[in-house]
Amino acid sequence: MPQWRDPANHVMAKQEQPGLLIHEIGGVDGVLEGHVELLKKHFHLITMKEFLENKKRLNEKIRSVFIHECKPVIDRELLQSLPHLKVIANSGVGVDHLDLKLIASFGIKVTNTPHAVSDSTADIGMALMLASARRLVEGCQISVSPQTEHFAADWLGDEVTGATLGIIGMGSIGYKVAKRAKAFEMKILYHNRNQRKEEEEKAVGACYCEKMEDLLQQSDFVMLVVNLTPQTFRFIGKRELELMKPSATLINISRGAVVDQDALVEALQNGTIKAAALDVTYPEPLPRDHSLLKLKNIIITPHIGTATVQATRKMTEEAVANILAVLNGLTIPSEVIPI
Amino acid sequence: MEEQELPYVLIATIGGIDGVYEDHVEFLKKHFNLITMKQFHEHKSHLSEKIKAIYMWWNKPVANQELLSSLPNLKVIATGGAGVDHLDLKLISSFGVKVANTPIAVSNATADMGMALMLASARRIVEGCQIAVSPNTEYFAADWLGDEVTGATLGIIGMGRIGYKVAQRAKAFEMKILYHNRSQRKEEEEQAVGAIYCKNIDDLLLQSDFVMLCVNLTPQTEKLIGKKELEMMKPTATLINISRGLVVDQDALVEALQNGVIKAAALDVTYPEPLPRNHPLLTLKNIIITPHVGGSTTKSCRLVMENMVESILAALNGLPIPNEVNPPK
Repeated sequence: MPQWRDPANHVMAKQEQPGLLIHEIGGVDGVLEGHVELLKKHFHLITMKEFLENKKRLNEKIRSVFIHECKPVIDRELLQSLPHLKVIANSGVGVDHLDLKLIASFGIKVTNTPHAVSDSTADIGMALMLASARRLVEGCQISVSPQTEHFAADWLGDEVTGATLGIIGMGSIGYKVAKRAKAFEMKILYHNRNQRKEEEEKAVGACYCEKMEDLLQQSDFVMLVVNLTPQTFRFIGKRELELMKPSATLINISRGAVVDQDALVEALQNGTIKAAALDVTYPEPLPRDHSLLKLKNIIITPHIGTATVQATRKMTEEAVANILAVLNGLTIPSEVIPI
Repeated sequence: MEEQELPYVLIATIGGIDGVYEDHVEFLKKHFNLITMKQFHEHKSHLSEKIKAIYMWWNKPVANQELLSSLPNLKVIATGGAGVDHLDLKLISSFGVKVANTPIAVSNATADMGMALMLASARRIVEGCQIAVSPNTEYFAADWLGDEVTGATLGIIGMGRIGYKVAQRAKAFEMKILYHNRSQRKEEEEQAVGAIYCKNIDDLLLQSDFVMLCVNLTPQTEKLIGKKELEMMKPTATLINISRGLVVDQDALVEALQNGVIKAAALDVTYPEPLPRNHPLLTLKNIIITPHVGGSTTKSCRLVMENMVESILAALNGLPIPNEVNPPK
């Protein structure tokens, strides 16, 4: 495609630029300040605050919405007030916070950013597995504790090399986890809606478990890498945890609601499983008196699967490309179709 | 076999903070008559001639002049782990005693630890865990970011068994891998992990996002990383040490971390271990330290023990000794 025609290079004059509705700039959950320039290159940025103050003038201009950290919230009222809205572009791959049917009923397209997130999320899965197995967080506390006089020789963790990893959800992220785990000579089992092609399985040495039970019974580490859908909601519950080995660790890098949290608390308290490492919970953050926060055999990170300078930048770029494709009637790289 | 016929092997103690593991005792007693240092001191005249081997666990018992002189029939010292920097090899050799270590048994676990530290540091895992449980946490900030490991440049200093295993793992993260070593590895070995040789350590330091130390501690590698080396590193780079504390000039490291000369450090080893409780390294925000647990997995420690038994038995039976450490020239 000639450079001048590539939508990403076509910079319009400000008045011509399509309006892009965002929650806010900066702050706790606003669009990152460093990304504003990139967005302003292609769009006339309108914050929710500006929109609410000037609905009549601005509602005609807004043709796209950029969702970052699940904001702005998309409800019927908002959709009704944006007659020229063509696309809602989500930053991130999960769209469980969006009512896809409702949005589709308005003839509006939804896009996500699967490519931008996969490396950093796979990396976090590996980081959590290693940190948990090797008791890294606990070890750091011992190293700096005022009480530490010596390092105990019988303080041991579990070996990751050669252990069995069960990946539940073998999409882009799950597959990248498998690639990394293979380099640690791990035995890799996976469960997925569909079996992957033979060459793909062979490339990472992954064995398909049509029944999730088989995976749960054999794995030393169980990693959840699924989307949150009605089918995966709380699909790891009491029964699944009891099927796991008592020496096994559960790692969740998907969505908190995929796990029955009460069942998890009980399983960790009773030694039904050995440990858990969660990048996601529901809600986020957990209430400060939640039982999960008191357990010794758990590590929790604050939903940082995509929290790198590089990944966040790529997410914004991928969202921009998706929006421009929709507005220019071109093939949409990452459209999310409601089932 | 009657108990008296099993070879007498000296150990420090059983159990406790640095003794031989209780889980390992059954296996050891199948092959050896274990004598603790306490028992040895109490029955020296009777035992000193019987002891043929020392089973050195977590660097104990210490093989000094006094001990070596009191064991006229000592044939071999087996030490657990890869390092031998805690041994006076010249002294031991002067008594005609052989030495064996266990470099292979700990290599996977140590390479895993290197990767764990790199990922934990880059993605701010320890800090993140603190935020997740802190009573003061009300929300998770969107602008709290770490650094990407995938696709970054890893510089491995010391490409022995452990360094190579680190390279194998890092390759799966699509990292660009540079390495510095006393000698260049074979081309097939380099290609298998996509590693590029830096004959000059400076080239590695200038280009790396993560610098990982995987060398032995020798007179040549003591304080290998000092002020000059730290200044050559990128200000956005992280130093990871899974070798020995003394390979790094710790005072220079403190200064470099305080002044932003490098971004962060992740250390499994320091000198001494543990650090004094008032040491500046313990107060820095841009460092994580683990308590020398590179080889500390149940599986690896069991393998270490079995390898040590194998080496001792070979030595006592006049056979070639697996993992023998050659005396210094």
